[in-house]
Amino acid sequence: MARVTALNINGKKTEVDVDSAVSLLSVLRNSLDLTGTKYGCGEGQCGACTVLLDGQPTRSCVTQVGRAAGKQITTIEGLEKDGKLTPLQEAFIKADAMQCAYCTSGMLMSASALLAKTPRPNRDQIVKGMNGNICRCGVYQRIVEAIQIASGQQVAGLDPQVLGPQASSPTPSELRARLGTKQARTPAVPGQ
Amino acid sequence: MNDEFAPQISIEPERYELFEASKYHFDLDRRDFIKTFGLGILFIVPLSRTLAQQRGQEESGRARGNNNVPNDVGAWIHIDEDGAVTVLTGKVEFGQNARTSLTQAVADELHVPMSLVHLVMGDTDLVPFDMGTFGSMTTPMMAPQLRKAAAAAREILIAMAAEQLKVPPADLQIIDARFVNHDKSKTLTFAEVAKGQKLVKVIPENIAITKAADWTTAGSPATKVNASEFVTGRHHYTSDLKREGMLYGKILRPAAFNSTLVSVDTKAAEAIPGVKTIVDGDFIGIAAPSPETASKAVDAITVHWKSPGQPSNAELFDLLRKTTEQRGRGSRAQGSIADGLNVADKKLSETYTVAYIAHAPLEPRAAVAEWNGDKLTVWTGTQRPFGVRGELAEAFHIPEDKVRVIVPDTGSGYGGKHSGECAIEAARLARAANKPVKLVWTRAEEFTWAYFRPAGVIDVKSGVKTDGTITAWEFHNYNSGSSGIQIKYDIPNTDIQFHQSNSPLRQGSYRGLAATANHFARESHIDELANAVNMDPLQFRLKNIKDERLRDVLQAATKGFGWGNAKANKDRGFGLSCGFEKGGYVATCAEVAIDRSGKGDPTVRIVRVVEAFECGAIVNPLHLKNQIEGAIVQSIGGALFESIKFQNGNILNPHFAQYRVPRFSDTPSIEVVLVDRKDLPSAGAGETPIVGLAPAVANAIFNATGTRIRSLPLAPNGISTANVSPPFEHHQASAGSSSTL
Repeated sequence: MARVTALNINGKKTEVDVDSAVSLLSVLRNSLDLTGTKYGCGEGQCGACTVLLDGQPTRSCVTQVGRAAGKQITTIEGLEKDGKLTPLQEAFIKADAMQCAYCTSGMLMSASALLAKTPRPNRDQIVKGMNGNICRCGVYQRIVEAIQIASGQQVAGLDPQVLGPQASSPTPSELRARLGTKQARTPAVPGQ
Repeated sequence: MNDEFAPQISIEPERYELFEASKYHFDLDRRDFIKTFGLGILFIVPLSRTLAQQRGQEESGRARGNNNVPNDVGAWIHIDEDGAVTVLTGKVEFGQNARTSLTQAVADELHVPMSLVHLVMGDTDLVPFDMGTFGSMTTPMMAPQLRKAAAAAREILIAMAAEQLKVPPADLQIIDARFVNHDKSKTLTFAEVAKGQKLVKVIPENIAITKAADWTTAGSPATKVNASEFVTGRHHYTSDLKREGMLYGKILRPAAFNSTLVSVDTKAAEAIPGVKTIVDGDFIGIAAPSPETASKAVDAITVHWKSPGQPSNAELFDLLRKTTEQRGRGSRAQGSIADGLNVADKKLSETYTVAYIAHAPLEPRAAVAEWNGDKLTVWTGTQRPFGVRGELAEAFHIPEDKVRVIVPDTGSGYGGKHSGECAIEAARLARAANKPVKLVWTRAEEFTWAYFRPAGVIDVKSGVKTDGTITAWEFHNYNSGSSGIQIKYDIPNTDIQFHQSNSPLRQGSYRGLAATANHFARESHIDELANAVNMDPLQFRLKNIKDERLRDVLQAATKGFGWGNAKANKDRGFGLSCGFEKGGYVATCAEVAIDRSGKGDPTVRIVRVVEAFECGAIVNPLHLKNQIEGAIVQSIGGALFESIKFQNGNILNPHFAQYRVPRFSDTPSIEVVLVDRKDLPSAGAGETPIVGLAPAVANAIFNATGTRIRSLPLAPNGISTANVSPPFEHHQASAGSSSTL
C-alpha cells in the first residue's frame, strides 16, 4: 500500500507515515493531534470536517490523505496569524454565531473560502456557499451576519446590542497572565 | 428577585426525565477540601429546600457527615491565593451557554469582572451532586443558588478585608475585584485577603440577593465566555481527547434491535497486530491502535444474530393506541365534557400524530475511559454526569467513589445525551485492553442506537359556540408525553389525559419533550375551532384566554409580525400559535410560501417567523435571543421533514443524506421579541421557544391552501393528500426531498 510521508499543513511541511487511503480527517486528528477539525458524519454531509486544499473547501472525512499530499492544507488551527484572530473569527464572536460550537471550525473554513472567492457576498451567495455545513443548534442567521460583518458590510436588522461593548472572553493563558497566576486554575484532584 | 419565588416554579414530572437518584454518598472532610482546592477560602452553599425536595428524601450532597458542612451542598465557590474565583457546579455546558449565564450571576453578586470567574462544571470528583442539566432548571434553580453563594461570599470577604485594613466593614466596597474604602486611601486585592487562608465557610440560607432591576453584569448582553477557544479549534470536546497509550474502540452492532448473539468467531480479528477483541454476553467490541485498524478488525469478525420480527412505521400509530393504558395520567377533569358538547354550536373531533425524530447532535456520543487500578475515569458528553457515574458503578459492580465522570463542554445534546451507554462501552473496552480507550459513535450509530423523541397520537374533541366561546376540551395524548399538555384557555369542561404506550423504539427526553406534540395538536385544533366559527385566529385566542402573560406575548408577536396586515392567497399563508411551558410564555407567527412550480406535490417554504418570548427577568438578552432563534430553526426539521423510518428492528434512514435536518437554505427571516419581566423570577429558555413553530406553520399552510395537515412532519415530500389525515398507512421513506438543499 502506498504511504504518505509528508504533508503541507498551515504553511509548514509536516512529516507523517500513513497509508494513503486513510482519510485526511483521521490523519489530522489522530496522527497529528490537529483536533480543531471535527468528525460529524463521515459522509461529507455535514461540513464539520471542512479544511482548505489549495484554498478549496474540502470535506476531509471523505478525502483520502493521498489526495492531499503535495497540496497546501489549511485547518482551523492555521487561521490565526501571530496569535491574532482573523476578522472572520472576530466576527463569529461578535455576532455570537455559535452555541455548542462543534460546527464552528467547519463553518469558519467554508466561510473563509467563500470570502476569498467572493469578498462581499450577498445573502443568497452566503446561503449557497454555506449550505453544505450543518449547525444543529440553528445559528444560521448569526453566521450569515458574521460573514457580512467580516466582509465589511452593514448588517441589516442586526441587534444593536450585538455590536455594542462586548464582554471579553480571554483564553485561560491570557487570564493567567492577567492575574499573574502561574498554574492552571482547575483544582487538583484528590487521589491523583 | 429573591428566593421566595423559587417554589412557584413547578417542574412537571415527566417520565422521560425521571431518573434514579444515586445510591451512594461519600464524605469529604475539611482536609479533603484543602487538598482539592489548595489554600484560600471555600464557600459552601447549602441546598435550598426546593432543590433538596426535588432530589428526594433519600438524596443528599457529597459533603454529608462533616460537622462543618451542611447535609446538602448546592454549590461551592473558592477564592484562591491568587484571588481567582472558582465556581463548582454540577451543571454542564452543551451550547445553551449556562457557563456564561452562571458566570454573569456570580460576577454580578461578587462585584468582579466576568473574566475573573472560572466555572468548573460537571466533574463528579469536584462538583456537588446535581441531577442533571435538563428541564430548563439551570436558570431558575442553579443561578439563584450561585447568586446566594456569591452574595454571602462578598459580605464575608468584606468583613475579612475590613479586619485586615482596620476599618469598619461598612466603609468598604468591592470595585473591580478590589476592596476599597471611602476615600480610596486603603485597598486590598482578593489575593491579599485569601493569602494563606484555610477557611471553609458555610453560607447562610437567608442571604439576600440582588434584585433583577439592580443587576449590573447580568441583564446585559455577554458573548460566550470562552468563545475564542471555539473559533480557534482549541477547545477539546470529549471526542478530541487523547490519553497516554490510548487505543480506539469500535463496537460490533447487532443486525437489528432486540437481537441475541448466536455465534461469533473473532479469530481473524485477533490475528491483526495490536487488536484486542472483547466478547461479553451480547457485547462485541474491539480496541485497536487506530480507528482504521479497529474498523478492519470489526469487519473481520464473523457473527450470527437472532432477531425477532419487529414493527415498522406502517403500524406505529395503531400500535401506540393498541398498547396504551386505558386510564390516563395527570387527569384533571373539570366539569362535564358531555354538558360542554351539549351547549356547543359546533363540535369537532380530530386526531393528530407526531413521528419519532432524532436529536442528531453534531458531536455524536463519545467517551474516553481510563482505569487506574480500581478507579475508573470517564470523559464523556452527558447531561447527567452523576447519573452516568451511577450507571458505570452498576455496570462494573464498583462503588460510585471509584468512578469519576468528567464532562468537557459538549457538542450539543438537546435532551439526547442523558444516558451513559457510550461511557460504559468505552470503559468495558478499556478494562479488557488495560489501556485508555476512546470510543466515538459513528453518525449511523448515533441515529440508530441512541434514543428518539417519542412518537405519539393525540385525540382532541371539542365544542364551541358561534360567538367563539369554547365549551368543551377533551384531550388524550398516547405515548408522546405530558409536558405542555395543560391549557391556559378558559374552558369550563375539560378532560386532559396522557396515556403511556409500549414504544416500539427506544425513546427518551428531547428539547421541550412532549410540549411540541401537545402544542401542535392544541394550537392546530384551536385554529380549526376559530375557522369553524369564522373568527380570526388571534381574536379567537384572545376571547378564550385571560392569562395576562400569555396575552402579552400573543400581542407582542402579532404586533411585530403585522398580523392581519397582509391578505393570504393560495401561495402565501399566515399562521399563529401560543403556549406556555417550564415557566416561559411563547407566541409564534409564521408566514409560508407555497411553491407549485415543481412536478410533485406543492412544497412549503417558511419565509418569516416572529416569536415573542417571556421568561421573567432576562439574564442575557444576547444568548436568550440566540437560544430562541436556534429553537425556531431546530423546530423547522420536526415541523416540516424530520421523521425516523424503521422496519423490523432497523432504522432505514440513519444518515444525513436520508434524514434531512434544517440548513441555511431552510432558515427564514427570524425576528425575536423579548418581553422582559424584571418583577418575575427568571425561567429557563432552552426548551419552550421550540414549541410554537410547528402549529404556526400548520396553521399557515391551512391559511394558504385550505389543506389541514394533522401529522408531523407536515410536508416531508411537499403537501400531499396522504398527509391530510393521520398516516395510519405506510409511507415511502423519504430519501430525497422536494425543497432545496
